[in-house]
Amino acid sequence: MDILEFSSLIFLGSLLAGFLGASTGLGGGVVIVPLLALGFGIDIRYAMGASLVSVIATSSAAASAYVKEGYSNLRVGMFLEIATTIGAVAGAAVATRIHPSAIAVVFGLMLLYSAYQSGFAHRRDSAPAGPDKLATRLRMNSGYPTPEGIEKYYVRAVPGGFGVMFIAGALSGLLGIGSGALKVIAMDQVMRLPFKVSTTTSNFMIGVTAAASAGVFLNRGYIDPGLAMPVMLGVLFGSLAGARFLLKVSTRILRIVFAVVIAALAIEMLYKGLTGGF
Amino acid sequence: MNRDKKAMTDGRMELIIGNLLRVMVTISAAFVAVGGALYLIRHGLEAPDYGVFDGVPKNLRSLRDVISVAGDMKSVGIIQLGLLLLIATPVARVIFSVFAFLIERDSLYAVVASIVLAVLLLSLTGVII
Repeated sequence: MDILEFSSLIFLGSLLAGFLGASTGLGGGVVIVPLLALGFGIDIRYAMGASLVSVIATSSAAASAYVKEGYSNLRVGMFLEIATTIGAVAGAAVATRIHPSAIAVVFGLMLLYSAYQSGFAHRRDSAPAGPDKLATRLRMNSGYPTPEGIEKYYVRAVPGGFGVMFIAGALSGLLGIGSGALKVIAMDQVMRLPFKVSTTTSNFMIGVTAAASAGVFLNRGYIDPGLAMPVMLGVLFGSLAGARFLLKVSTRILRIVFAVVIAALAIEMLYKGLTGGF
Repeated sequence: MNRDKKAMTDGRMELIIGNLLRVMVTISAAFVAVGGALYLIRHGLEAPDYGVFDGVPKNLRSLRDVISVAGDMKSVGIIQLGLLLLIATPVARVIFSVFAFLIERDSLYAVVASIVLAVLLLSLTGVII
């Protein structure tokens, strides 16, 4: 296989991952590293570098669309970015010091959890909460547009959310992913922000988090232009197209298919990681 | 009244940020696409070599080196310059936020944004690994 064929196949795979990730709202980023490492036999460190770059691209490109809807909470996002960026640098520093097989094992476990989350977990609807002292002092309470006008909401459990965000950042830096799902959990489930506000704010935060680990990846030579080129362009165009074709039909079935694919990738990552295949 | 004014400024801040991000991503994707086309024309028939990790060449790891490689019209340098611009995009957003919070006279969040900016800059300049 020559570079032309190799790049074309990677471009198509990334295009598909980006499209499905955006159209289902499940985020296709987590499948990029397994696709490159397991499907193309690429060293996991190069795969992580390319994946991280594509994460920044989709996050930034999608931001302008989200912003117009007026959902994201800039203050909550900026405050929690302290946790995610410090976590990301820590995670990336760990990634450069441990064996690639260990990274693959962590990746496999993370994929298993994502499979469970996207396929089988039921989202608790957060009950409206009253004001919280710390969140109020940090001026985090805000409102978001609904068909009936602006609806106010109160933010809770700032320390808990901050802690989960540190872990989300660390996983992002350790694995070269956006860890958007965990960020949404921190805001939606822990801090009780409305779901729509959580997803859009999370998207905003993903790019900043990824940029923090990108510095470490760049200095260590993980970001290879020849490989990152088809991945970044593929994921970017795929996700832009996917956002226009939001799949509304049988999301339930799609989620389960997605979960099964991720679980299969998880098992292969774990197997190869544990047998020292990386 | 005061609250309404603040909400409007927040909304405008978000709009400017959204446009800033889109423009920077577009420019960076253009660099990557042009560099990528050159790369495929010049190296398309060579064999890819990503199975063993050696790290990318040292001259593709810092802004100054990448600019000089791109200046020599080397395809990998042009792609890498696009990728660096992409990495700079969220950093630009945080820099903008620092100033926007200052204009809003929200010193608490100007400090918060500055802390985030400091972490980003320390990481990108290779001070903390």
